[in-house]
Amino acid sequence: MRREDGVETSTISGIPVDPAYTAEATRDLPDELPGEFPYTRGIHKSGYRGRLWTMRQFSGFATARETNARYHYLLKNGQTGLSVAFDMPTLMGQDSDAPTSRGEIGHCGVAIDSLADMETLLDGIPLDKVTTSMTINSPAAILLAMYLVVAEKQGVPWTQVGGTLQNDILKEYIAQKEYIFPPQPSMRLVIDSIEFCAREVPRWNTVSISGYHIREAGSTAAQELAFTLADGFAYVDACLERGMQIDEFAPRLSFFFDAHIDFFEEIAKFRAARRIWARHMRERYGAQNPRSLQLRFHTQTAGVSLTAQQPELNIARTAVEALAAVLGGTQSLHTNAMDEVLALPTDKSARIALRTQQMLAYESGAANTVDPLGGSYFMESLTKRMEEEAEAYFERISEYGGVIPAIEAGFFQKEIADASFRYQTELEHKRRVIVGVNDFVTDDEEPIEILRISPQAEQEQVDRVREVRRKRDQARCTRALESLRKAAQSPDENLMPHIVEAVRAYATEGEIMGTMVDVFGLYTERAII
Amino acid sequence: MSAVQAKPLRIVLAKVGLDGHDRGVKVVARALRDAGFEVIYTGLRQTPAMVVEAALQEDAQVIGLSLHSGAHMTLFPAVIEELKKRQAGDITVFGGGIIPDDDITELKKLGVAEIFTPGAPLEEIVTWLRKRFPDG
Repeated sequence: MRREDGVETSTISGIPVDPAYTAEATRDLPDELPGEFPYTRGIHKSGYRGRLWTMRQFSGFATARETNARYHYLLKNGQTGLSVAFDMPTLMGQDSDAPTSRGEIGHCGVAIDSLADMETLLDGIPLDKVTTSMTINSPAAILLAMYLVVAEKQGVPWTQVGGTLQNDILKEYIAQKEYIFPPQPSMRLVIDSIEFCAREVPRWNTVSISGYHIREAGSTAAQELAFTLADGFAYVDACLERGMQIDEFAPRLSFFFDAHIDFFEEIAKFRAARRIWARHMRERYGAQNPRSLQLRFHTQTAGVSLTAQQPELNIARTAVEALAAVLGGTQSLHTNAMDEVLALPTDKSARIALRTQQMLAYESGAANTVDPLGGSYFMESLTKRMEEEAEAYFERISEYGGVIPAIEAGFFQKEIADASFRYQTELEHKRRVIVGVNDFVTDDEEPIEILRISPQAEQEQVDRVREVRRKRDQARCTRALESLRKAAQSPDENLMPHIVEAVRAYATEGEIMGTMVDVFGLYTERAII
Repeated sequence: MSAVQAKPLRIVLAKVGLDGHDRGVKVVARALRDAGFEVIYTGLRQTPAMVVEAALQEDAQVIGLSLHSGAHMTLFPAVIEELKKRQAGDITVFGGGIIPDDDITELKKLGVAEIFTPGAPLEEIVTWLRKRFPDG
């Protein structure tokens, strides 16, 4: 259905929207309180009155030294948690002096090659007070080990260390494509880290099951919801198979969603996510601990919604998206900076993004009552629709035999590519409007200032990793890598303690990854267009 | 209808560099295919040498590069260099991705024929190719 001016009235994901909703939509809705099962309205009774969401700006660039300075700047400006962005070579498990790292070092995030870089990155940051989120997947276990060894050196016991590891390998095969090993050994490594943390680092959120990248790859809101929760259930199944008890690990699983520009649909997605997770955890898996049932999530506003044209408009877009996340009850939030469509943010644009959250928290009144849209005819109807769409996808995935076979069959990749092409076609025909891009265009745009990574940073980092290799106790390092290799060959051994030991011996990320690649092999996907 | 049917233009689309952001390149691949071009998509993480090899193997006249990691100033020129090395400098190279204006000017000087940035309509890419290759 279209408006009189030709613009689509369905949600950005294509869900039809009626001209008006009535009491019919809420007639069968049971009375539900925030903080109670199935948590549609939120996991806390008092919402943000008890505690605001964590303002967690994702950042990292160039070298560990420069990023450390940015962290101190953000903490001084009222940010309440850290979130590390790594550069592409680090994300892909290779060292800065690998040939294919050329041109990529420090561009999308900070370069971390060994424990030495992690020590610099976290210099002067008390790891018993600040929690840190690390966005890394294939090499997640290695970066976690580095973080833990820095804590050890600061004299902070692991039991007091808190943070989040993205560590969500399934969505890499589905959307972000930063995989290294084939799915099975990758899953083993994820489950190893969950098991290790349940025992040794109880405050650590072991997997941040992510819809963000699925959405950014072009999926609809319903696909983001469905595929992410399906991944969540796959991790639960794998932990149970390992012999763990549901309430032993489930409280430490968390989620990460996108907040796109279609305001009401996004809020409905967050509400539906909590309800679906709670129901499945209780009814399907028999979880008892309320924390196992409560879906906690981080949100980032939609990078894909930002425009390179008239980039200042991105401040307004981000504010709308952030408000959706807040009304949807997010536990933590990253607001994108206006220039992130062009490069990493400058100090100024990063501050505006953080200030946007502070305006929502302190000026708008949005934090003063829980789930203010609960009971709205439209919102409840959309939440229910989201839930139904997700359940239909769960069935299709189980017809494939689960998430991994569906990945191998290219099911998710095809669904996402179709959705993304459909949306692009709607834009081309102006059935959807993006202000400044396909309508309301300005010819005389002023360029904005953007952050540049100096080429010196690249050389500095290459020299640094070589120096680490020169200076370390080589015999200890070789021994540690050898013991990791043996452990990788025996499927029942947890790899985490071996990785921690290799990190202590200043083995580089590329060396640790390489040792595991020797045993596990590399994954390549069939390209689907 | 003319007696000689023009052979469709062959285009190799490639993701160079380490990032896995393939939404854009896949949308472009479909649009070019729908417009009647022959599209060969290489998939992710192609080195400049791999891209050029693919273009030669596929007898392509055009290479389209996609990159979102910020390494374009290293990798796009590396593809041009590799083409020269393989005596294939006649293959047209265009690119897309998150690329600042100043870099676009520089890349064009180095031999990249055109750069399409986020928000560029698909039609614009098709029109550009048709103009450049009226027989394709």
